[in-house]
Amino acid sequence: MENFAKLWQDILKLWARNHTQYLTGALSTIELAVAATFIGCLIGLVCGILQTIPYRKDDPLPKRVVLGIVRAVIRIYVEVFRGTPMILQAVFIFYALPYFSNNALRFGSVNVAAYFVVSINTGAYMAETVRGGILSIDPGQTEGAMAIGMNHVKTMTNVILPQTIKNIIPQIGNNLIINIKDTSVMFIIGYTELFAVHKGVVGATYLYFPSAVVEMAMYLCMTVICSVLLRAWEKKLAGPANFDIATTDTLAHTSGMTTYVEKKEDD
Amino acid sequence: MEQNILEIRHLSKSFGSHEVLRDIDFSVSKGDVTSIIGASGSGKSTLLRCVNLLETPTSGDILYHGEDIRTLKGGAPAYRTHVGMVFQSFNLFSNMSVLKNCMVGQIKVLHKKKDEAHAEAMKYLEKVGMAPYINAKPHQLSGGQKQRVAIARALAMNPEVLLFDEPTSALDPEMVGEVLAVMRTLAREGTTMLVVTHEMAFARDVSNRVVYMNDGVILEQGSPDDLFNHPAHQETKDFLSRFRSA
Repeated sequence: MENFAKLWQDILKLWARNHTQYLTGALSTIELAVAATFIGCLIGLVCGILQTIPYRKDDPLPKRVVLGIVRAVIRIYVEVFRGTPMILQAVFIFYALPYFSNNALRFGSVNVAAYFVVSINTGAYMAETVRGGILSIDPGQTEGAMAIGMNHVKTMTNVILPQTIKNIIPQIGNNLIINIKDTSVMFIIGYTELFAVHKGVVGATYLYFPSAVVEMAMYLCMTVICSVLLRAWEKKLAGPANFDIATTDTLAHTSGMTTYVEKKEDD
Repeated sequence: MEQNILEIRHLSKSFGSHEVLRDIDFSVSKGDVTSIIGASGSGKSTLLRCVNLLETPTSGDILYHGEDIRTLKGGAPAYRTHVGMVFQSFNLFSNMSVLKNCMVGQIKVLHKKKDEAHAEAMKYLEKVGMAPYINAKPHQLSGGQKQRVAIARALAMNPEVLLFDEPTSALDPEMVGEVLAVMRTLAREGTTMLVVTHEMAFARDVSNRVVYMNDGVILEQGSPDDLFNHPAHQETKDFLSRFRSA
């Protein structure tokens, strides 16, 4: 028990001394994770959509060649960025520019480099997630859309993508939470997020374990809050579990209709 | 005389080396209710899917009002707005309510105004008896209800011909009746329909023409009376007798 009391004392001491750093570090972490997940999702969406454009043997040659090249490029992008550690990607990209340009070109700030690396890393994972999501939609949905005269673009925007996005929300959540934790490797290029704060603080105080406890608690808080928010979003997109019978027959409303009152839709 | 809306000439379809349809010739004129019957695997559904270009024919022509559909302005999507399709597995858009299902094509493809599309959708949903369910999502409906919505969705595009691909085969027996009832009403009102079906009673009583397919070819076609009471081929007799004894 003595040790716990001491730990609590140390934590309070750390918090009193460095809470501004911890909080700004946490803020940087969350900013980077949210922005990079968002940009990564956009990259993934674009890649997934491009990869699933259908083509047939009897399509004109240029179309087949272009689509073939697009698929190959995306495939290479995915394999490279999914298949190497993000910590190395950060170093690789951050130092490649000055190396090749004899220091004439470099990232304007560490922040830009960090956002860039985490975004394209997330994009590589999301590209596969979106592709899988699109392919998992029942082909009957596409046929139904085609049968009322929709072309590929209309089919995608009205029917396939809304269902795909709903289905891949859990995976978007996974990526966000992974990013909250894994952005910690960005200290390697000097991005000051929550883990970099830990390194700074313990360098000055030598309170390794108490600082780690603070960090653990803060990371867990951030990930749990994100989980809850994403579940709420998922639930919202699933829509109401019940529906109102639309009828002018007042007798139909005598039972079972009181618990569920739908908001007025303006369309 | 009656004008042919669709004319199918020498249509063939192969999947790899497997020849599913061979040299199919037939036409659909305004007001026709044609039933296509035949054993499973005889190519009925493939024929219907070729007519809607969901499958690309290997050879042969499909003429829409005398014009080759491959050279039609707007291509396959534009052609399909004139030739609606109802599927065995309904294929309602699961991300939309019943009402939206019947409106989206009118708005996005036919570029109608929202209130116009709404009125049109309601008209057909009332016809199929699904107006009270406009707020429901497809997964909240029974099979028969889904199929009736699918019919309303196809009708809302105001097609000239409506294709039905075994519309009652995926339904529980007690729901077949409600869908057939809707189809009977449509037939009575003069809707041009091409129906692939296993419902012999429907083929006999509702359609004015029956096509019997066997092994990728049209073996026999004619009025329901001809085909059901005086079949010319032994295969047709055998096929029909299997239904009689059942």
